[in-house]
Amino acid sequence: MQGSGEQFPPGDGAEEPRESRAPHRVVGTPQSARARTLLEAPPQEDRRPERWLPAEPSNLDQAKRAERLVAALFILSMLASIGFVAAYVGLEVHSVVATQRSNLALGVSMSVAFGALAVGVVIWVRYLMPKVELTEERKPLASSPKDRAEFDKDFTEGAEASGFVKRPLLRRTLIAASVPLAVAPLVILRDLGPLPGTSLRHTVWRKGLRLLVFGPNTPLRPADFAIPGQMITVVPDGYQDNLDALAKAATIIIKFGPGQLRPPTVMNWTVDGIVAYSKICTHVGCPVALYEQTTHNILCPCHQSTFDATRGAKVIFGPAARPLPQLPLGTDAEGFLVATSDYHEPVGPSFWERG
Amino acid sequence: MSGIKRPRRQRAGRYTVLMLGLAATGLVYAAVTGAGGAASAATPGGPSPADIAQGKAIFADTCSSCHGMNAQGTAAGPSLMGVGAAAVDFQMSTGRMPGKDFDAEMPRKPVTFTTEQIHQVAAYISSLGGGPAIPSAAMVDPAGADLALGQQLFITNCAQCHNFAGAGGALTYGKYAPALTHSTPTQIYEAMLTGPEAMPVFSDTTVTPAQKRDIIAHITTVRAEPNPGGFSLGRVGPVTEGLVAFLGGIAFLVFVAIWITMKRREA
Repeated sequence: MQGSGEQFPPGDGAEEPRESRAPHRVVGTPQSARARTLLEAPPQEDRRPERWLPAEPSNLDQAKRAERLVAALFILSMLASIGFVAAYVGLEVHSVVATQRSNLALGVSMSVAFGALAVGVVIWVRYLMPKVELTEERKPLASSPKDRAEFDKDFTEGAEASGFVKRPLLRRTLIAASVPLAVAPLVILRDLGPLPGTSLRHTVWRKGLRLLVFGPNTPLRPADFAIPGQMITVVPDGYQDNLDALAKAATIIIKFGPGQLRPPTVMNWTVDGIVAYSKICTHVGCPVALYEQTTHNILCPCHQSTFDATRGAKVIFGPAARPLPQLPLGTDAEGFLVATSDYHEPVGPSFWERG
Repeated sequence: MSGIKRPRRQRAGRYTVLMLGLAATGLVYAAVTGAGGAASAATPGGPSPADIAQGKAIFADTCSSCHGMNAQGTAAGPSLMGVGAAAVDFQMSTGRMPGKDFDAEMPRKPVTFTTEQIHQVAAYISSLGGGPAIPSAAMVDPAGADLALGQQLFITNCAQCHNFAGAGGALTYGKYAPALTHSTPTQIYEAMLTGPEAMPVFSDTTVTPAQKRDIIAHITTVRAEPNPGGFSLGRVGPVTEGLVAFLGGIAFLVFVAIWITMKRREA
């Protein structure tokens, strides 16, 4: 408990004999001259109370009610804890819905168990325990000069007896043994993994790789994707189950009508108005595929970066600093859409060495 | 409104389209191959000239002020040539059309026409320029669909706008992707097929009718899942849950702290 109502003389254990640490700072006792206060010192009273704290609450009826309430809360907490155990043991978690129900039961019972306990304790403190303001002064942290001198003496004796000073061979070999041990963790750090190298600059897309509709993994001909306003997510053939590869290679293709695509879209990289952009936002790499066929905006749901799909996915709003990279498209001998090369620039968020 | 100006082209190689489209409905798809070929469309039951005439009358009364007397489009509304019966059915059966408030997005609202009347208008629009037909009940039946593939397709191509649980989400300039809570399987199918408003088109050659059915099955399954906590919180994921826990929890803890430190009145 702390309060500002009364000030007490600061204790000074280092200078005073130990037996004087018995309670000498009592409610209503005078301030010492050293007390840092601007308030006028209260009148001197040299009287110790019988007890520091009252034995009984001032309002016994209220205390009785509070006692019953606290006991009821503790019993509620106990029942909730038992309920937690029962829910943990009894509720099945073999399906999603069952797991959700189990989580709900576990969460509610545990909240009630802790909550009722906390509320009960607070009511106990507020209505049953006495409310008296006391100030306790800090004790000095330093040891007494005598203790410090003793420690110095012990330490010096111990150092001499150990031979650490007298036997330089042992001392030096011990130091020699500990140095490589300290360096060893640095060597272990090497195994944190290879440096990324140029892997951030490349995806698995390469010349001749078909575009597959992600999910059914079917290739597309331009004629299958002929209605302006169409959009679909595609992945490189052969990598549809390789999530590491797809993390960089995910691509969206969008179909435009004649004349809708404009520079800086690279027209040689489009097929019949079909253009492919990286699905990884150049801001922080969210999947960016909120394509509006009315405005031709591609919107990133994370930070609202907006790209104009008709103009090479130029950034028209939001924090992204670069357009979405465009994937060069062509068709293979069977007429399916293929990439004609990898992306010509790194996909995804900027990185330090990107340039 | 749909931006489809060109008729959908059907390739003979799409067996699944033919099997599910032709075999299941018989009437719905009359496929014409070749570039620029027009896919004719038919409404369920086959529209009679009387239906088309009736549809034209309804169109003249309620739609022509924006879309023009011959559905050619005006400054207030786009041309409906070639949008197909599916687009008409989607817009009218969700109550979006006839539109009332011309805002960034046409909201879903109570339907003003009977299914029969909607189909008559759809038949009339379809008679003008063809376009995608209204799917049959069998084509949109989620029973027996591949839920796993539906989920993968939904998460990859739909979830970015409609949210992973179909709760909808914001787009640019006040537009939004609507929640899929009340969409019927037919409406979901039609939306994918026709790409209403800002939504991209997912044609049958890219996402086959069978895969559309898988997506529908995923949506209807996910939205039927219970909310064991009692509150869905918009089903927009841990963000709202965290926000509610944070704001509600902080406010609650502030009051608790006030209560704990409150000076007790000495009785």
